[in-house]
Amino acid sequence: MNSSVPLLEVNDLVVHFAGSTMGLFNRSDQTVKALNSVSMTIRSGETLGLVGESGSGKSTFGRAILRLGELTSGSVLFDGVEVANGTSGDIAWLRRETAMVFQDPYGALNPRMTVGDAIAEVLTVHNKIPTAKLNERVQELLALVGMDTELASRRPADLSGGQCQRVGIARALAIEPRLIVADECVAALDVSIQGQIINLLIELREKMKLSMIFIAHDLAIVRRLCDRVAVMYLGRIVEEGPTDRVFNAPCHPYTQSLISAIPEIDPDKPLPEQLLGGEPPSPISLPNGCAFHPRCPIAQDKCRDSPVPALRGEDGHLSACIFSSESIFPQPT
Amino acid sequence: MNISRSVNARFGWRLKFNSGVVPLIIGISILGGWLLVAIFAPLLAPYDPIFQDAAVRLKPPSMAHPFGTDNFGRDVLSRVIWGARIDLQIATFGVVFAFVIGTTVGSIAGYYGGWVDMVLMRLIDVVLAFPFLVLMLTIIVILGPGLGSFYVAMALVGWVSYARLIRAQFLVLKNSDFAIAAVSLGYSHKRVMFRHLLPNAILGSIVFSMSDAVLVLLNGAAISYLGLGVQPPTAEWGTMIAEGQGFITIGWWITTFPGLAIVLLAMGFSMLADGLGEILGVRQ
Repeated sequence: MNSSVPLLEVNDLVVHFAGSTMGLFNRSDQTVKALNSVSMTIRSGETLGLVGESGSGKSTFGRAILRLGELTSGSVLFDGVEVANGTSGDIAWLRRETAMVFQDPYGALNPRMTVGDAIAEVLTVHNKIPTAKLNERVQELLALVGMDTELASRRPADLSGGQCQRVGIARALAIEPRLIVADECVAALDVSIQGQIINLLIELREKMKLSMIFIAHDLAIVRRLCDRVAVMYLGRIVEEGPTDRVFNAPCHPYTQSLISAIPEIDPDKPLPEQLLGGEPPSPISLPNGCAFHPRCPIAQDKCRDSPVPALRGEDGHLSACIFSSESIFPQPT
Repeated sequence: MNISRSVNARFGWRLKFNSGVVPLIIGISILGGWLLVAIFAPLLAPYDPIFQDAAVRLKPPSMAHPFGTDNFGRDVLSRVIWGARIDLQIATFGVVFAFVIGTTVGSIAGYYGGWVDMVLMRLIDVVLAFPFLVLMLTIIVILGPGLGSFYVAMALVGWVSYARLIRAQFLVLKNSDFAIAAVSLGYSHKRVMFRHLLPNAILGSIVFSMSDAVLVLLNGAAISYLGLGVQPPTAEWGTMIAEGQGFITIGWWITTFPGLAIVLLAMGFSMLADGLGEILGVRQ
């Protein structure tokens, strides 16, 4: 592995889904613009949090970079190798170097397979271990994620959501990946189990020097787990930077409203009055200019009229708001 | 609960105990009963099924011949017992080939989609465009009468139902998380299709195959009735009905008892299908 090459480098990634509503008389363009020119870099050992509302393209991004979904254009370099239009050999190699953890802990496991078999399958398919040591390794992986090894003979339906998610993580680790994409992997779990899984991820990351893309809408979890954060809105990254700087001094009004909407435990602290209203516009017909302007509290005419603002900023803290250099935001104390 | 656990451990099918248990047990009993009759036919049958005794032609049911005798003086009970062998074989082979072909084709069409799916679905449309019996008869006539031709015809005509069932399941399942997970783990298409998707897609087809066995059985009887299936003097229920129909007014027992045998075997398959569908949670 070359340390000067970032583990993952995504340039101008575009994913559009062709519309399926083809009437006999009206053939309007129904293309869903899920991702619009997204660029991103992840260094080895880094954890990137990807946040945004539902439909902002987070999951599409996660699947596209692992080549689990179609790409429209752009480039994805994994360890310096182009996989966006790579050969089947390149894709097979990518699959051996990456793994995914899913949102629905039950849905991600084959209901007809015991969890031990599911983990053993990864090891046999990729010849990770001689058959004689297979059972031993399965037990080891289950122990690594804090599972009772006796549960190896159970099927997903006999386990709790938290246990299934641990199995999902153990299965991902079995492949010995360099990059894990965790797609909302704690959103379906109880809060106490969420904490356990997050701590497990932190522990494993230290132990195995993993890089991780952590897709979530829970900002508190992202703040605890991630080195860097990228905020997505309607298929674009609107702000990106080191976690503490993005949380303490958000530059984009969208990030600001997301952060101010995090509920506090202290009941005396009221939620801010200016919560983000409405819903994001349809990704079929994106607004002109900055896609956020219809909901933006500080929008002006030029937000609609000027071209889509580029990400800019310094020291790795970037924002895509044309006002971000003018300090018109009250900085939270 | 013991049954539930062991079946669950073996197949991973979660059984729900409800109204499905009774038909399941009845169905298994009937089929099991017929299987025993077929296996032990030489011991159970009181007479040789093709032995003709001119002295006892067209005798009504009696102590010596509980089901009576036919126009050649053959014992109807013995012929019904020996017929179970042929008819169970018809029900099994008539379904198995169609099941295997249909499952494979449906898996491939549903999994790959695109032009592969297009071509295979048009092929299915072509088969469906012909009336079922006409197509079946045509194939049998071309290949020549006999059970072998019948099995070939049932496979060539019957696979479409299985293909459509499996394909529909695959279309749903291939977008499920566990299928995407299997792809993301670098598994081959073959492995994803047959180890991950198929075990989850096949339940509906297994249940359907039980009802299909009824249809095949009746088709087998119809083909034999038309003289294109089992050839006389071999004992087979459909053939017996065909031969007996000329004597229906003077010897009702010749056609009635093989008819009842068909009904009873069909009921067994049908009950098993109902029970399985109910217990495995498959809606038809």
